[in-house]
Amino acid sequence: MRSLVSFDPVEALRLVVRIRLAERVLTQAWADGRVPGEYHSGIGEEGIYVGVLAHLDDQDAVAVDHRSTGPLVARGVDLTALLVEVMGGQSGLNAGWAGHMHLMDRQRRVAADGIVGSSAPLAVGQAVAAQQLRPGAVAVALFGEGALNAGVVLEAMNLAVVWRLPVLFVCKDNRWSITTRTAAMTGGDPRARVTAMGVPVLTVRGERVERVHRAAGRLVRRARAGKGPGMLYATCHRPGGHFEGDPLLRILRDPRGQAGELAPGLLGGVQAETGGTGRERVAGLSTLSGRLAAAGLDRVLRSGRDPVRYARRLVPADVAARVRADEQARVAEAAAAAARSLSGLRVGGGEAGP
Amino acid sequence: MIEMTYGQAIDAALADAMARDDRVLTWGEDVQLIHRDLLARFGPGRVRDTPISEAAFVYAGVGAAMGGLRPVVEVMLVDFLTVAWSAVVNAAAKFTDFSGCGWSVPLVIRARCGGWYADGGQHEQVLWGQLAATPGVAVVCPSTPADAAGLMRTAIEADQTVVYLEHKLLSEQFLDYLGGASRATVDFGHLVPLDGARGPVPENLEQIPLGQSTLRRPGSDVGLISVGVGVHRCLQAASQLAAEGISAAVLDLRSIHPLDTDAISEIADHTRRLVVVDEDYTRGGLTGEIAATLLAAGRAPAYRRVTVETTIPFAPALEYETLPNTQRIIAAVRDLL
Repeated sequence: MRSLVSFDPVEALRLVVRIRLAERVLTQAWADGRVPGEYHSGIGEEGIYVGVLAHLDDQDAVAVDHRSTGPLVARGVDLTALLVEVMGGQSGLNAGWAGHMHLMDRQRRVAADGIVGSSAPLAVGQAVAAQQLRPGAVAVALFGEGALNAGVVLEAMNLAVVWRLPVLFVCKDNRWSITTRTAAMTGGDPRARVTAMGVPVLTVRGERVERVHRAAGRLVRRARAGKGPGMLYATCHRPGGHFEGDPLLRILRDPRGQAGELAPGLLGGVQAETGGTGRERVAGLSTLSGRLAAAGLDRVLRSGRDPVRYARRLVPADVAARVRADEQARVAEAAAAAARSLSGLRVGGGEAGP
Repeated sequence: MIEMTYGQAIDAALADAMARDDRVLTWGEDVQLIHRDLLARFGPGRVRDTPISEAAFVYAGVGAAMGGLRPVVEVMLVDFLTVAWSAVVNAAAKFTDFSGCGWSVPLVIRARCGGWYADGGQHEQVLWGQLAATPGVAVVCPSTPADAAGLMRTAIEADQTVVYLEHKLLSEQFLDYLGGASRATVDFGHLVPLDGARGPVPENLEQIPLGQSTLRRPGSDVGLISVGVGVHRCLQAASQLAAEGISAAVLDLRSIHPLDTDAISEIADHTRRLVVVDEDYTRGGLTGEIAATLLAAGRAPAYRRVTVETTIPFAPALEYETLPNTQRIIAAVRDLL
């Protein structure tokens, strides 16, 4: 049996900061038009990645969802190769075939799948491989709380129970399913579904990296000992929205500008000759405004739940400053190297226009 | 050579592979009972029963293959694989490409397919056209015990995902299980192609390369191309046509993807008339693909197809009319001559 991994606050801060800085590079690059397509950042989830993955070694496997940058960085994947891949280069981690939703690294046994919920059965399969080929190894699945409404996740958990598999399911609860409030779409406490199957659930605040580490450690130890799967339920805040350019956040950031764009369509709906009753039309509008209000409240009430700020408080100020400087240099160097290999690349591809 | 049934041949190839390689294991619904001989030989760790959760246990097969195993995941009927479509189309088919570094997914999805035994439109489809449509998965369907064993060996040893379709009409066990053949009052004798249901299997099993067809019968007037039970229907049609002096060749594709395009062009060149016999639906499938392949290769043989054009009905007489039966094949040939 592997020995327990003790919590190292400096190392945890280092990784939390590294992930945040890498995310900043990519969200900025997205805004600048240098990341093609969508980008789902993991800003706000760093404490969960770092606290959980600290327990793993190279025999363990990780199945990641669409927020894949952080877990891959925490797993030690080459940062330049990752940045190049996400920014659409062909010399990146996956030779241009993946992009941020399908990042994978075979050596480090980590792979992302962009279909919500699929990380759960993929980790279950990896856990079968661990059981057969690498006794004592575990597999981790990362997914959001919205995925607990996907049947395949519950199926995968049940399979993990009946096959007594070494899986740690990590549910990151940011309270939003894409841009819909999860509570409005979920019957009961989804954790109760999981415990009802015989999977122990530990709940933690995801920004508190040392608490994540402790809780994950208990479930990983249990899984390594052959006692079956567990779920870590880590709450967190998603300041960047579902993805960059999230329409809810755009409204919150620029209500007046967005109102001008949205109002004509809404007014047209409300005033249309045919349609619902007056009451139904009012209910429609208040559903929308309720969603906006919830997103606004989240922004105000949960913005204090920042994993980087939290991790900084776990070490002396001078150490934190040194870690930050180190990581800034490291990420800047990777970003510069990525920029060199990407120079001349155009989003959208194709021949240069006239 | 050893005389075996179609189902025995597949399990024998699987047992060989499991004995040779610890990484090979199998799971699916009821497999501990269905493959009880394997259970007795390899134990419940390598012959695993699953809950009725196709989406999860097929997707888990992808994860297990990525983790270093060579799983043979059994889906009782290919119709149920639709529940796990994402695992096939979004994962198994894609991850090697996504990885950009050859992270292979050596998964076998073993699923039973096909009709002729009155199980209704949700339990008799073949769906091989839809499966073959996504780049990244191979799709095979053997028509004899020898091919069944050889292709299973190939599928397990391939460094990629292979959907291995096992035709129920050729599988004694499944006709018994689903068609109720254990009743003395029910007889599938007139429907089951004997050469497909039982036959000699080489003792030293060799791989049959993916995408390699085999010519079951030479002929010069018309080429009949098919796969699975359709091959036997074509052979029967060819022998009836021979009595009228019409010489029909029969090509057994064995793989739906990759497709043996050279052999298809060759038979087109030789006969200049083709009938493609497909137990799958008309649109978006094998028959259109073969026609497009021929056109792209500069061949324009006279062409007919015999396919499933509607939902497969339950009532045996309607079912028989809907499936590519021998009379329909002969009519298509006559239409060409």
